[in-house]
Amino acid sequence: MSRSLLSITELGETGLRRMLDTSDHMAEVNRRPNPKVPALRGKTVCNVFFEDSTRTRLSFETAAKRLSADTMNFSVSQSSLNKGESLRDTVETIAAMGVDAFVIRHGSSGAPWQIGEWTSISVINAGDGWHAHPTQALLDMYTVRTALNRPISVDGGSFDGLRVAMVGDIKHSRVARSTTEAFKLLGANVTWVSPKTLLPPVHGESVVANLDEVIEDVDVLYLLRMQNERMSEALVPHLREYTARFGLTPERAARIGRHVLVMHPGPMNRGVEMAVDPSELPGSVINQQVTNGIIVRMAVLFELLGSGSGNSLTGNTES
Amino acid sequence: MSIMITNGRLIDQTGERLASVRISDGIIIEIGDQLAPDSDNSGAEDLIDAAGLVISPGFVDLHVHLREPGREEAETIETGSRGAALGGFTAVVAMPNTDPTQDSVGVVEFVRQQGKRAGLCDVYPSGSITMGRKGEQLTPFAELANAGVRLFTDDGNGVQDPQLMRRAYEYASDLGVTMAQHCEVESLTAGAVMHEGSCCSHLGLPGWPSLAEELMVHRDIELVRLTGASAHLLHLSTAGSVGLVRAAKADGLPVTAEATPHHISLTDELLASYSALYKVNPPLRTIEDVMAVREGLRDGTIDAIATDHAPHVSETKEMPLDQAPPGMLGLETALGVALAHLDMPLADVVAAMSWKPAAIAGIADRHGRPIALGEPANLTVIDPGEAWEVVPAALASKSRNTPFIGVPLTGRVKHTILHGDITVRDGKAQK
Amino acid sequence: MNTPSDVGKQVLGPDDVRRAITRMAHEIIERNRGTADLALVGIQTGGVWVVEALAAEMLRIEAAEKCEPNPIVVGSVDASLYRDDIGMRPVSPGSVSDLTFTVEGVTVVLVDDVLYTGRTVRAAIDAIGDYGRPKAVQLAAIVDRGHRELPIRPDFVGKNLPTSAEESVSVTLNGVTITQGTNT
Repeated sequence: MSRSLLSITELGETGLRRMLDTSDHMAEVNRRPNPKVPALRGKTVCNVFFEDSTRTRLSFETAAKRLSADTMNFSVSQSSLNKGESLRDTVETIAAMGVDAFVIRHGSSGAPWQIGEWTSISVINAGDGWHAHPTQALLDMYTVRTALNRPISVDGGSFDGLRVAMVGDIKHSRVARSTTEAFKLLGANVTWVSPKTLLPPVHGESVVANLDEVIEDVDVLYLLRMQNERMSEALVPHLREYTARFGLTPERAARIGRHVLVMHPGPMNRGVEMAVDPSELPGSVINQQVTNGIIVRMAVLFELLGSGSGNSLTGNTES
Repeated sequence: MSIMITNGRLIDQTGERLASVRISDGIIIEIGDQLAPDSDNSGAEDLIDAAGLVISPGFVDLHVHLREPGREEAETIETGSRGAALGGFTAVVAMPNTDPTQDSVGVVEFVRQQGKRAGLCDVYPSGSITMGRKGEQLTPFAELANAGVRLFTDDGNGVQDPQLMRRAYEYASDLGVTMAQHCEVESLTAGAVMHEGSCCSHLGLPGWPSLAEELMVHRDIELVRLTGASAHLLHLSTAGSVGLVRAAKADGLPVTAEATPHHISLTDELLASYSALYKVNPPLRTIEDVMAVREGLRDGTIDAIATDHAPHVSETKEMPLDQAPPGMLGLETALGVALAHLDMPLADVVAAMSWKPAAIAGIADRHGRPIALGEPANLTVIDPGEAWEVVPAALASKSRNTPFIGVPLTGRVKHTILHGDITVRDGKAQK
Repeated sequence: MNTPSDVGKQVLGPDDVRRAITRMAHEIIERNRGTADLALVGIQTGGVWVVEALAAEMLRIEAAEKCEPNPIVVGSVDASLYRDDIGMRPVSPGSVSDLTFTVEGVTVVLVDDVLYTGRTVRAAIDAIGDYGRPKAVQLAAIVDRGHRELPIRPDFVGKNLPTSAEESVSVTLNGVTITQGTNT
């Protein structure tokens, strides 16, 4: 395995399946009364967040601590960067303090790759601009695999035949890109449901322009967050109209099958993309997504820092 | 002391021939294929052996950012001139997006004097079209024209207001100066960092759509048709733009155009590395666009190669893509990139780098002259076949943002002569 | 990577293995005076089949003496998250720990196929400890090949097999094979 996790593309299908398998171990650890193992004792993980995100940062921090790693937090506000300390300086300073991994979230697409050029420390992309959010995709895959009880591992299994609808602001969403790619690597069919203004200019996915067209023919309904700012950029005339065409309204919620999984990466804009209480949806796995976030992040940290990529995978019986 | 360049292959607008050239007091005093050395009486003569090399009129770059005044940390007029001389240029047109802007006689004179003092290249400052390049109020064209300015542009930005641009064209047509446009409709390009197409969608980056350039190309062609003024279109980068200019020329309109070396050699796929070295405005586009721009140069739709040399301090090019400034170096690699990527007769490439841009810049009285008796000795001697690669640390520029690292280049400047002064000898600047 | 330079040499056959398991099953029952408050926990992945074989044998022995013998409590533990070596072993898919019973106050018999340096056993003891405090921990292995690096000793052994560090040992119900070339 590579020393860094930057995108689902780079992780690849084999890597993706391997992470899901490792996540099973972490899930078992998480079920214990004392959910902690010493696997990463002595390692230090530094969260470097250039964009505010309490939830993701806490998830990574919890994951690191459950593996007995030490954590550091470096929240960079825009102002300190404007004072002249460059991204490169920040990264090199932290590296010099002796950390084993960076968890990076940055508002500019590509920042983790640039950082990878300047340091040999493991880099985990916790979200870069509009581009990629691989750990979100991993937790999404893990959630669906668990909820549907599909045996997907390095030995086989897939989401063949699974119909996924991803709804909302695809253009600005790194979650959309990474999760769509992961679903497709595992064999699912993904349809994007979005107005043209919220789609990337050129893409190869199948698209519908109204949620009603697919709502009765999906197995997984993935809702993306619709930000208020999109209105001022004239991307949608009004959020009310967005909800009417694309939101999960009570009327639509009544029409989806009970088996349909409803997912959201959080945080939710109540009343916009999600106009019902998710706890009233039998298929909502939104809470499980959060729990699984810690589990897959433990798997990622373990695979990058603790699993000894030089060793063979299958049953060594050396005791 | 006179200079004798022997046995070179002369290429100029009159044709090609093998000859030697003798220069004295800044003028060509003798040309022939059997010149005897030392035939002037002063005894000492500087000999340059040009066997196997090409002698052409000195190159003219219509589009360079010398950064001085205001951003001397990236480049100065002196270091920029040195890079120009090493690239075979004897004249450059300096873009006005300096600080303060080149919108007054004082700043224009300063730039010209700095160029003269460095003595490596003739620096011709352009003027901005609007005061401070703000797009609101026209610059005093006549004042600046009296101070020798022939080209006006707000480059860095295009003039967004069609009414204002119409006035600029109308006013300029009386004065015999040329408006040059950076064609970009800014409301279509907010936040853009690369070409809008399948690459940017995949990389999750906002893009410059080709339409943003083509809309303004179309607009200014029609304004030329309406006003009778002449226009020069800077750094064309899309197939659509080339097509529009081709049609305009077929209609006999006084429109000229230029293209940069990077737009005939590099594509948007390079942005997959997220390196800001490849961020430029207009952006690197698709292979189809690159091929259309090459075709435009081949059939004369695009008149000139102009580098849009844009130095940036290294730290700024290491910033995340959306924060990094756009722009690439170009002076020292222009010939090497052009000959490596253009399937055109050498004479046509030389034309696009010397007498054609000289005419557009309004300096054809001194640069891009035929190599003939009595003409000013502004010459470039090149080895058109030499293969080389650029080494950023060896560049004369103060900055290092060249996108051509690792790109094989063909054609190297050996000597550059400015008004009879050898500014570059054996590829080394003489001052 | 397992790169044996030649095909392995079988040093024990299936009958030898079966007899060793029978004897160990008797010993475990004798030492612990029955099967109450006892649990066999296999170390993933090599010890899992041994636990099945031992448990089946122990049940057969008990059934011969009682009408309704208690079922043998079994489980497995994955020690890969507790190892101390720098290039730690990756987790094997499908080898998640499975301890559904309470460890508190129970005698845990850790079971593995081969006992070597003792490091995996140490890690397994730590892993068990995270589930609770056993009354005692005992160790059973079919083959003890020597080369201990920690003060760990087995309570129940099938065969002592001196080997060199350049060899690898594999144990199945079909026998014990020694091969040239290391497993790691």
